Amino acid sequence: MEKILVGLKRVVDYNVRVRVRADGSGVETDGVKMSINPFDEIALEEALRIRESGEAKEVIVVSIGPEVAQQQLRTGLAMGADRAILIKSDSELDSLSAAKLLLQIVQREAPELVLLGKQAIDNDNNQTGQMLAALWGRPQATFASKVAVNGDKLKVTREVDVGLETIEVDLPAVVTTDLRLNEPRYVKLPDIMKAKKKPLDQIDASELGVSADDSIRTTAYEPPQERQKGIMVKDVAELAAALKEKGLL
Amino acid sequence: MSKILVIAEHDGSALNPSTAKCVSCAASIDGAEIDIAVLAADGAAIAAEAARINGVARVVLVNNPASQHSLAAAIAPQVVALAAGYSHVFGPSTTFGKDLMPRVAALLDVNQISDIMDILGAHRFKRPIYAGNAIITVEATADKTVVATVRTASYSAAAFDNDAPVEDVSITAEIPQHTRFVELQAGSSDRPDLQTAAKVVSGGRALGSAENFDVIYKFADSIGAAVGASRAAVDAGYVPNEMQVGQTGKIIAPDLYIAIGISGAIQHLTGIKDAGTIVAINKDAEAPIFEVADIGLVGDLFTVVPDLQAALSN
Ligand SMILES: Cc1cc2nc3c(=O)[nH]c(=O)nc-3n(C[C@H](O)[C@H](O)[C@H](O)COP(=O)(O)OP(=O)(O)OC[C@H]3O[C@@H](n4cnc5c(N)ncnc54)[C@H](O)[C@@H]3O)c2cc1C
Ligand SMILES: Nc1ncnc2c1ncn2[C@@H]1O[C@H](COP(=O)(O)O)[C@@H](O)[C@H]1O
Repeated sequence: MEKILVGLKRVVDYNVRVRVRADGSGVETDGVKMSINPFDEIALEEALRIRESGEAKEVIVVSIGPEVAQQQLRTGLAMGADRAILIKSDSELDSLSAAKLLLQIVQREAPELVLLGKQAIDNDNNQTGQMLAALWGRPQATFASKVAVNGDKLKVTREVDVGLETIEVDLPAVVTTDLRLNEPRYVKLPDIMKAKKKPLDQIDASELGVSADDSIRTTAYEPPQERQKGIMVKDVAELAAALKEKGLL
Repeated sequence: MSKILVIAEHDGSALNPSTAKCVSCAASIDGAEIDIAVLAADGAAIAAEAARINGVARVVLVNNPASQHSLAAAIAPQVVALAAGYSHVFGPSTTFGKDLMPRVAALLDVNQISDIMDILGAHRFKRPIYAGNAIITVEATADKTVVATVRTASYSAAAFDNDAPVEDVSITAEIPQHTRFVELQAGSSDRPDLQTAAKVVSGGRALGSAENFDVIYKFADSIGAAVGASRAAVDAGYVPNEMQVGQTGKIIAPDLYIAIGISGAIQHLTGIKDAGTIVAINKDAEAPIFEVADIGLVGDLFTVVPDLQAALSN
């Protein structure tokens, strides 16, 4: 293949314990550590491995987000991507609009493979890859734990509720990653320096002719109901008694 | 009035319990009329089962050889063809529904609502984001089809005590040939199903090896529980992926959940928020799991678990 396109979303780091703002207007993101969505790092790692195995020539990372999402793209370039595209958008985007914007890039770049995360850990939507595949009229292989390139086809093993399903898809195709696909590499300092010289193009989302979708909107945020801390028992006998008393065993 | 189409999940021969949970969710919309769509290669038996779910007005059966392995690429265009005339299309938030429903939504040019956990009205829903650290209210416009997945752990299955009519329907939908099924490696287990079991015992990284995980299996078997695991235990290869509980694994709501040698990372806790009683066994008294456990015991699992098994069998 010539090109692999990888989506990198800038999200609140997975170690941050996210809280709803006191006034319910959203979640607290001020001063919070931001990172590449963990599934997208896995997507990029997979793209790099495919390129390194000689099956692809170029890896392009793309992010839709505010100007600062350049940071995540630079990290992607430091990991080894060849070039980056930032689709600038200051408003929080829904998955359908994200898919439509990605489709615009897909049509310009004509990649044979698009690798995305299975879900963004901020909205937990798990939609964009499937939507892009639908709009593009191409196959989707979601929740991938193994990807094998075979000429103009891919064999993808998917993590499904009952176990592992393997499907074969014709390229071009969209693949979304699960956690066990690979372990992303660490970025080394010299790579960060090199990444500064790699091309990073910016396009304004409004230039791509995609109108934001208004079919759903968020009207309120609230904290979840917390579970209360229970009791501590001191030994097995007490535990067995407590379980029996509750009628659970 | 709301007309809701629930997409049945099945394995080619039997209905998945997630379908009756979707029906429960749909039924909490006032005055909803609920149909179930069965898309299968040969779905007569599945449709007959679906027709018994309380609250269902009609089962729409579409037999098509292309539906054999429930691939989203093949099912989505058929769902789109059926969706006309419905105000809502619901599927379960299982891997089947998560794969399929966004593809359906995009073809209908609407966004999809993921993981409905509460219905506030025909077009107002609650759903979790940020691994359940925030709950949002989402409003959908009334002039477009609502496409959604139902967080199955938030609903109990509707009863099976109905006799709804089954209608064989043929539809015209262009089904792409670009996606082909190769194989399915399903974990074979005589144990209760993790997603529907009343009791679940899970093990974490502390087990240390696949062999040691036997401690968990033996204990689970002695109390008739399903077996789950943390991501760390799955990643380390102690158990297969389908046993993972959490944000990116299975979201479950058993009456009893026993977490053994699991620290209680937020991503794991997301999967068990709706459990009735959570029991934690961990050698570290500071482990975060104790913050949410109803009953906690500090101790070494390799002595505590066999002792507990013995104590309970007396
Ligand atoms: C994007 C993302 C998604 C994730 N999704 C999930 C998910 O779906 N599910 C999930 O589980 N995790 C998920 N994780 C991983 C999660 O963050 C934790 O790393 C993981 O849950 C830890 O597993 P653990 O509790 O088994 O291991 P650890 O955190 O290592 O805990 C092991 C525990 O065992 C105790 N222990 C050790 N020896 C003994 C003994 N002999 N007896 C008793 N106790 C002992 C220790 O005190 C410790 O508390 C995700 C992470 C990310 C980044
Ligand atoms: N704003 C974005 N920028 C880049 N990629 C995105 C963006 N939104 C979604 N994606 C990709 O789509 C995947 C699934 O996102 P979601 O459907 O929102 O859960 C993510 O893991 C990314 O790979």
